[in-house]
Amino acid sequence: MTKIISTLCGCLFGFALSISGMINPQKVIGFLDFSGGLGKWDYSLAFVMFGAVFFNFFVFRFILKGKPFLASKFYIPEAVKVDKNLILGSSLFGIGWGISGICPGPAMVNLSTLSPEILAFLFFVLIGMFLGHKLSK
Amino acid sequence: MVQVAYCWINQKFKSIKDMECYNKLMENVVYALIGGVLIGISTSMMLLFLGRITGVSGILFQSFYHRFVFQNDSSKEKDLWRWFFLAGLVLGGFFAKLFFPQFFNFQFTGPLWLFCISGLLVGIGTKLGSGCTSGHGVCGIPRLSIRSIIATILFIFSGAITVFIRGAL
Repeated sequence: MTKIISTLCGCLFGFALSISGMINPQKVIGFLDFSGGLGKWDYSLAFVMFGAVFFNFFVFRFILKGKPFLASKFYIPEAVKVDKNLILGSSLFGIGWGISGICPGPAMVNLSTLSPEILAFLFFVLIGMFLGHKLSK
Repeated sequence: MVQVAYCWINQKFKSIKDMECYNKLMENVVYALIGGVLIGISTSMMLLFLGRITGVSGILFQSFYHRFVFQNDSSKEKDLWRWFFLAGLVLGGFFAKLFFPQFFNFQFTGPLWLFCISGLLVGIGTKLGSGCTSGHGVCGIPRLSIRSIIATILFIFSGAITVFIRGAL
């Protein structure tokens, strides 16, 4: 059952990323281009973020009051401290994101295009993750 | 933004003359909002059924880590949902491309090595920072997690600086 639900949710997530424009690296870079150096600022991804955050803000609250249907508990990250790794990691991620305009979710969605850029990107994401894992230990 | 509002009012009360204006409105606001809400529904369902936060970078790492490094038969079976979620993501993209090919009307520009460097930074960064756009942005901000709010501000800020520098070069 968990497999069916995760596949469905993944499918919906992938579909949503596609129609929202998040999978389009040019739109992502246009969004990050606040100063408008490359052209007009593309505000559309702010609507994507707003839609998702606004929805979850109310629904998460409601869900977290009960219990998950198919698990014994909620697996919510417990860390609360803003540490060096969080600051360094997020900044590095932002640089990588700004270079290509691709983040992990859209990269997976774009996998169906089988373009060499996406394959190379994902391969190096995995290498980077294992490097980061070694570094953080 | 004013232009979009103006355009919307125009569409509402006059005949649809300016198709370009209409298309821009659909693409930049309507589809973006629908997509955002669908992302919210999908991540909320993951929380409601599996009790999990939908962070793609975490799911990607854990699925490989549990499969090939930290091998333990019970965890292997338990962690299969991650592989199914990833497969779902690819499938969702496949369906979207099949029914709405207009959303895939873009190219990856730039040399291949740039995508390799970008991937490496995204990999290290999301592992050290414990999350990406989905985990910190879509799931963390609604929980008002201070770590996620700071992470999201940081990666949007450093992404913007990167794009600014590339534009200046």
